[in-house]
Amino acid sequence: MIRYLGKRIFYMIIALFLIITATFWLMQAVPGGPFTSEKQVPPEIEAALNAHYGLDKPLFEQYVDYLIRVITWDLGPSFKEKASTVNQIIERGFPVSLHLGLQSLAIAIFGGITLGVIAALRHNKWQDYTAMVIAVLGLSVPNFILASFYQYIFSIKLGWFPIAQWEGFEYTVLPSFALAALPLAFIARLTRSNMIEVMSQDYIKTAKAKGLSTFTTTVKHAIRNALLPVITYLGPLSANILTGSFVVERIFGVPGLGREFVMSISNRDYTVIMGTTVFYAILLVVLVLLVDLAYTIVDPRIKLADGGKE
Amino acid sequence: MERILEVNDLHVSFHTYAGEVKAVRGVNFYVNKGEAVAIVGESGCGKSVTAQSLMKLIPMPPGEIKQGEILFQGENIVNKTNKEMEAIRGKDIGMIFQDPMTSLNPTMTVGNQIVEGLVKHQKMSRSAAHSRAIELLEMVGIPQPDKRVDQYPHQFSGGMRQRAMIAIALACSPKLLIADEPTTALDVTIQAQILELMKELQKKMDTSIILITHDLGVVAEVCDRVIVMYAGKVIETGTVDDIFYNPQHPYTKGLLRSVPRLDLNKDEPLTPIFGTPPDLLRPPVGCGFTARCESAMRVCQEIDPELTEVSKTQQTACWLQHPLAKSRIGS
Repeated sequence: MIRYLGKRIFYMIIALFLIITATFWLMQAVPGGPFTSEKQVPPEIEAALNAHYGLDKPLFEQYVDYLIRVITWDLGPSFKEKASTVNQIIERGFPVSLHLGLQSLAIAIFGGITLGVIAALRHNKWQDYTAMVIAVLGLSVPNFILASFYQYIFSIKLGWFPIAQWEGFEYTVLPSFALAALPLAFIARLTRSNMIEVMSQDYIKTAKAKGLSTFTTTVKHAIRNALLPVITYLGPLSANILTGSFVVERIFGVPGLGREFVMSISNRDYTVIMGTTVFYAILLVVLVLLVDLAYTIVDPRIKLADGGKE
Repeated sequence: MERILEVNDLHVSFHTYAGEVKAVRGVNFYVNKGEAVAIVGESGCGKSVTAQSLMKLIPMPPGEIKQGEILFQGENIVNKTNKEMEAIRGKDIGMIFQDPMTSLNPTMTVGNQIVEGLVKHQKMSRSAAHSRAIELLEMVGIPQPDKRVDQYPHQFSGGMRQRAMIAIALACSPKLLIADEPTTALDVTIQAQILELMKELQKKMDTSIILITHDLGVVAEVCDRVIVMYAGKVIETGTVDDIFYNPQHPYTKGLLRSVPRLDLNKDEPLTPIFGTPPDLLRPPVGCGFTARCESAMRVCQEIDPELTEVSKTQQTACWLQHPLAKSRIGS
């Protein structure tokens, strides 16, 4: 197990290195720089700025410098927000995105699995059709439309929740549901198709032949086997949702990481682009590892390579 | 002899997009206490559907028990609700399925899969059920049962899984054990072991067995009586001796002829029954075997023969054996 983990962490570091390298060179390949704007900056000042941030050095040297700084988790200063460093931006934005993300993840997982299981058990009945209509809506309606729709109904018409901002629990409800819609729909469809497949397996018949009730059969025998593909999807999904969705954060005025991520690109804010990418990448590889570890708990047949002897 | 199970005029259909498939078309048979009865026939003859109907395990819909009664210990199962059936399944009737590779839940320990039934039907505590599971595993001949009980199905070989299935089916000492092709998916050597085990446990627990198979060797090994099914109907029934030494129906004869024999020349081709069984979407009016039968007559096409007695123990549904036909030949 320890050997396996060590190996995985080694591969993770290689993956991160490749991501950093690719992002760095792609970013540099785009014409312009952080100090390019409509209003021409006098060349002397631009040169001074470049010198200050080390942008006058040869690219390769900048790249090596950056790698060294990443290792010490110093992501550098922001070029646009003079007062803060990238570390501070992440520390400021991530907890908000994390909070929002965890809430929508909980809604998506719980709602999606429930919907999927009900649809599968009532296969081709009205419950199934209802659940799948909800799922198709969730998959096909873009979340900015859904978000505006929520704001219109629940804030303006009904006045149940505040329309935007981020100041307490009631502020989190609408963005959480808006962000959860797509993964919820996806999980519901995935769960449904897996459940339908599992319910036709021989071991379900065995369970019924033992005299177990439909409820016990479903909960103890079917769901666990149906959830494996859902778990696969959870890794990338969580990373995605935890770093925030730009659109949803923007519409609800949530000061999360997603906003920083997207704005940094249009600003050519090199260090913020790099910093948020690195952060997202780390989150992703760690979650993928966690998913692989979770497999072994759900499915005893899966043994991690080099897992040692029993 | 006490009759534990009696099936009268059972009709089972499946409603598909193509129409109603009449899988079982008026089946009658009975099983005595402590007796082993085989249901034989080729794929699609309705033997598995009959067996699963006995436990009401056919998916409904699309399946439907159209008519007939299934008397288990004198009570008609057909009218029972699902809740009432849950109390019978696993407790009074146990079932073993064909493929041990897929019949056990891969994400649950073998022990827990045995424990479930015990907790449900015998109101045992989990720890008592766990020790009972170890005893059961030992009874079905699994070595180191105390260790094996906490392992998962994938750590068991095929033969061991089928032994575990038998342990699950027999956990609550059922009065009737339905074994649906229990040895089809196993090696020949393992087959013999499993059959031996089933025979031994049957004697020990005084259980009745319904063995569904298309392997006549298995029948000879384990059973007392044989029911031959074809196209959703019983076409011949009798003791093992009757069926093997004095088969009356052309289909039964064909089945016996088609068994590979060790004492014949290797190069000799096998003797199959030519043709295919009728489509049960549109079942034939007359005898279902007419199209493949060497001795078919015009009456076979138009009127379905009923089961008639050949001897006290043997019955067959064939015009050749009909009392009228016999008297004609005799005169």
